[in-house]
Amino acid sequence: MKRTGAQILMDILKEENVDVIFGYPGGAVIDIYDELERSDIRHILVRHEQGAVHAADGYARASGKVGVCFATSGPGATNTVTGIATAYCDSIPLVVITGQVPTHLIGNDAFQEVDIVGITRPCTKHNYLVTRIEDMARILKEAFHIARSGRPGPVLVDIPKDLASTETDYTPLGNINIRSYQPNYQPHKMQLKRAAELIRTAKKPLILAGGGVGLSEAWQPLTELARKWRIPVTTTLMGLGVFPGSDPLWLGMIGMHGTYRANMAAGNCDLMIAVGVRFDDRVTGKTDCFASQARIIHIDIDPTSIRKNVAVTVPVVGDCRISLEKLNQLLGDIGPEEIESMRKDWLEQVEQWRQAYKMVYEDNGRIKPQFVIETLSELTSGRAIITTEVGQNQMWTAQFYRFDQPRHFISSGGLGTMGFGFPAAIGAQVAFPDKLVVDVAGDGSIQMNIQEMATAVENDLPVKIVILNNCFLGMVRQWQELFYDRRYASTRMNCVPDFVKLAEAYGARGLRATEPEQVRPTLEKGLAMDGVVIMEFKVEPEENVYPMVPAGAPITEMLLV
Amino acid sequence: MDNQTRKYTLTMLVDNEPGVLSRVAGLFSGRGFNIDSLCVAETIDPKVSRITLVTEANPSMLEQIEKQLRKLINVIKLRDMTGSRAIRREMALICVRALKADQRDEILRLVQLFRCKVVDVGPAYYIIEATGDAEKMEALINLLKPIGIKKIARTGTIALYREPN
Repeated sequence: MKRTGAQILMDILKEENVDVIFGYPGGAVIDIYDELERSDIRHILVRHEQGAVHAADGYARASGKVGVCFATSGPGATNTVTGIATAYCDSIPLVVITGQVPTHLIGNDAFQEVDIVGITRPCTKHNYLVTRIEDMARILKEAFHIARSGRPGPVLVDIPKDLASTETDYTPLGNINIRSYQPNYQPHKMQLKRAAELIRTAKKPLILAGGGVGLSEAWQPLTELARKWRIPVTTTLMGLGVFPGSDPLWLGMIGMHGTYRANMAAGNCDLMIAVGVRFDDRVTGKTDCFASQARIIHIDIDPTSIRKNVAVTVPVVGDCRISLEKLNQLLGDIGPEEIESMRKDWLEQVEQWRQAYKMVYEDNGRIKPQFVIETLSELTSGRAIITTEVGQNQMWTAQFYRFDQPRHFISSGGLGTMGFGFPAAIGAQVAFPDKLVVDVAGDGSIQMNIQEMATAVENDLPVKIVILNNCFLGMVRQWQELFYDRRYASTRMNCVPDFVKLAEAYGARGLRATEPEQVRPTLEKGLAMDGVVIMEFKVEPEENVYPMVPAGAPITEMLLV
Repeated sequence: MDNQTRKYTLTMLVDNEPGVLSRVAGLFSGRGFNIDSLCVAETIDPKVSRITLVTEANPSMLEQIEKQLRKLINVIKLRDMTGSRAIRREMALICVRALKADQRDEILRLVQLFRCKVVDVGPAYYIIEATGDAEKMEALINLLKPIGIKKIARTGTIALYREPN
């Protein structure tokens, strides 16, 4: 069958069940767009390529599918880099298709030419420049295979303009097998046995779950392990939602802005069962002191995550879901009374920590950002898909929104990309048109991709945006307050747009609350409205996120208010 | 675990395509690992190249280096060639100052002793071709230094595992 490069691309997108693409056209991808127009794949036109990648990322995080985006060569391609790096840090499966100048011009410094494969080499799981039309189908199939298998990640495919319109004989390929890429899903039996033995005998066990639990859909066996063996659970930022926030065993998030009880439990447990985490510095604090009383079982599909930052007793390389299911089988049953008496002291200790320091904030007649999040959590019963930007808004959401379901918290964890939340919300809304999707933003980060308002309005994606407006780049200001003697270097934003008018200018709706008693009615009204709504809350300008562990300190040494 | 750094020789078979060397080199620079030397060439199978590199690391760094290299999609196989089960060699072309007769004699004596070859002769210099393991090369270079090494080109180490009997 004679097919052009662009047609082969469409064929493979369909084979891979891609029903939506986020993108932005340009000269080098004009043939691809011409073909896309004739297919039944939906295209969401963004207003900036960074938005396209974040939207595809949000779509992938909400749905568990591979997100796909298109961008043109040169500046189109370079604009995708932040989005790709964001997805790479959080192991999100994406296929990013960029156009390239025609083959004969590559290396010529041609108009809108950039070596995007070179630029993205360190921030993609893998990437390709297609140099021969005969390789097109295989490369695209490999791209999807690599993106979604093993530890997922973004894959970029750079397609020169001439190849999109070159014809070749095309027969659909079967399953892809790459000899040098064989991810290992099955955990080692011996290691699982050792892990089970440690769990059976542990007196003060703690589960630390991360993003890998969500990616491998391991929440069910994880919850089973916790409940049957009465093990308290904390998660990293990326793990929020993989264990129900309403469960009594839930401790809240760990780390720099983790809860007192979670950090204390990590410091005092005798066994840590770490699943799908990579022991990032924001989680461990000073690594020498991290879980220093504990033996550590570390389950992860990526061998490089194991023993990278923290020494472990039992490494288990394998898929988190398969590993936990097998571990549960090995552990078998234990009588509820037996386990109750075994855990009594430990759970009492955890409860004492819970009572000793609750997540509270002072009420002083101004709108407290924490109160906005608490009210949002209550009004949505924890059922909305929540995206965040990065900084204080992100940490307050992690602390005060009660996540009961996986894939409902979408945030840039590893890279910490401001401007991520809003386009990611657009992507999540595309995946779930009937769900309530809310982006929690600060006045700083919302302005980093505010242009996507047009995308949301144009495509009838009724994303709700909650702006916690403190006229500061709040998290950096907090560090300046605490560690730089209150020298607020360039963190005050004196010119912040009128967000209500800005919403209206885009054809959306805008609401504003300036007093605490307006918080609930504003949220009620805004969440019930059709279409895109910005809800702006003029919050306490110098509110801090607590607890806080200063960078490099042990996580048990927290600043508490 | 001991934290001593030492030199390790790693060999990998990789897909012979553009950009692969850059992935390997970029991994080292991006993660703060060292490359002491690096050799790349095609194998008998034209689709496969062999990269041999020498790195200085402590055991935990080495573990990360090996895992990170194995994670690269284009790396087919990786082996540690550090121990006695592998043969390691490098080659050097050394241009030595050779003006006076006694210098020329001394150089030729060393060439014989180290089983090297003189591959070019001029009125004021010799170019020597030397092969051997890292220790031999170091010894030779140290002996030639006082005479005067004008230029030196070294290949870096290559290595092969001994076949099992």
